[in-house]
Amino acid sequence: MATQHSRSAARIMMAPAVILLLGWMLIPLTMTLVFSFKRYLPLRGGDLGWTGFDNYVRFVSSSAFWPSVQTTLIIVGGVLIITIFFGVLLSMLLDQPMWGQGIVRILVIAPFFVMPTVSALVWKNMFMDPVNGLFAHLWKAFGAQPIEWLSDLSLFSIILIVSWQWLPFATLILLTAIQSLDSEQLEAAEMDGAPPLSRFAFIVLPHLSRAITIVVLIQTIFLLAIFAEIFVTTSGAFGTRTLTYLIFQRVLESQNVGLGSAGGVYAIILANIVAIFLMRIVGKNLDT
Amino acid sequence: MARSVTTRRKTINTAVAWAIGFLIFFPILWTILTSFKTEAQAINDPPLFLFFDWTLENYAVVQERSDYMRFLWNSVIIAGGSTVLGLMIAIPAAWSMAFVPSKRTKDILMWMLSTKMLPAVGVLYPIYLLFIQLGLLDTRTGLTIVMMLINLPIIVWMLYTYFKEIPGEILEAARMDGASLKEEILYILTPMAIPGIASTMLLNFILAWNEAFWTLNLTAAKAAPLTAFIASYSSPEGLFYAKLSAASTMAIAPILILGWFSQKQLVRGLTFGAVK
Repeated sequence: MATQHSRSAARIMMAPAVILLLGWMLIPLTMTLVFSFKRYLPLRGGDLGWTGFDNYVRFVSSSAFWPSVQTTLIIVGGVLIITIFFGVLLSMLLDQPMWGQGIVRILVIAPFFVMPTVSALVWKNMFMDPVNGLFAHLWKAFGAQPIEWLSDLSLFSIILIVSWQWLPFATLILLTAIQSLDSEQLEAAEMDGAPPLSRFAFIVLPHLSRAITIVVLIQTIFLLAIFAEIFVTTSGAFGTRTLTYLIFQRVLESQNVGLGSAGGVYAIILANIVAIFLMRIVGKNLDT
Repeated sequence: MARSVTTRRKTINTAVAWAIGFLIFFPILWTILTSFKTEAQAINDPPLFLFFDWTLENYAVVQERSDYMRFLWNSVIIAGGSTVLGLMIAIPAAWSMAFVPSKRTKDILMWMLSTKMLPAVGVLYPIYLLFIQLGLLDTRTGLTIVMMLINLPIIVWMLYTYFKEIPGEILEAARMDGASLKEEILYILTPMAIPGIASTMLLNFILAWNEAFWTLNLTAAKAAPLTAFIASYSSPEGLFYAKLSAASTMAIAPILILGWFSQKQLVRGLTFGAVK
């Protein structure tokens, strides 16, 4: 039984974390909200007064907005499909008995620990460079014309790089989930003559559905915010300008803070829609 | 009964898994190999895999020309500092939530999680402005604070899930024997909590080390950590593949090694305990 004494002590112990996070959330958020209703150009006159919803309207009606939403959705969707599909296959493979399982796990998980700027730069130069990249060498070896990956297939290339970074994460979580699957259930199904594909569809996949949902939600939140990969490879050119990147350009490159802040508010709303679903799952888990 | 597996099946599994593992790891392997080549060998066509003149020259050049140690030191200070600072704030909070839960504990945890979902770009300018006014732009102090704040929810959550696993009866027994709060924490809780704290520390060090939004936007020359240092190679200078590889290898090596120890914590930390 918690005593009155320990309860007030608990409150004091929690205070620093709560106050700091509250400040970290509220102060910048309030500032963003205030700026978003202002005409605010730090290099061209500074604060030029209130403009109502002008920035919100202008952000959405600018010619760059819808393409950036589309780009964001393609990147997030593409990476999700690739990482989940291969993640499920890979986690099932890694769950099988084999020699050197620990080493294979290490090899598979490694890309997740590579900092985003390094992976973007390595892929950009050493693999996708149309003259000296490894892919160019490979293409030439087969007598084909090397591909200009980051300009002609820019979106695909970025999806490839980001998928490489996030496949380990999906695999690891799905593997953790698959290992909790009762193997007797599978054996029973096997003995009853269920073919591998239906064993997968009716036992493995339903068991993984919760883990897959969690991977989708967490990755979506991180993927909506990818920045370094685009910053380093294309700087938003060749149709790779995501919503995050567009806001970054408005705020820091063209120094239109009001407009960028309105964009920021849109990004926050978008992230919150995803977050609500994730929190519901995590919250349910807290009760058990 | 354990499933009996034929040697043939096991051999096939092994071959396929190793092939895929190698393929996924290949970009990292290739970077490490290239870092030991001369520039001419690095772009040789056909590519050279193992049979080239191994050299350490690139590492010396990278260090000499770009003062690699300074960026490394910045990374260590920022990632290490933010982790230690975060733990100091999070341990009491997680402790009280795990052992003296109230009706609001769950709400507070969920709210902390929600701050982590806030997209950084949405608050980029306010933070930038505050940093200018407080003189924190391009300082290690400023970046350490930001890293601490963005990882604080994860630290609290991870610690909370670890602390939850410590049986409460032990604490109650200690309390009945007359242990004070201080003694309780010092002699009972701490020894049992150390593995969890260590795991949390490891994962957060990795996350802070690799963070590349705030480090790119809030630093310039002075406080730039390795993430920003590497990004500077994306200028035409990036044509020097061997040197780029040496710089990259040095930037990722420490974390790759730490990361291999933290696979399990990764799942717990990044799914907020939802997958165990």
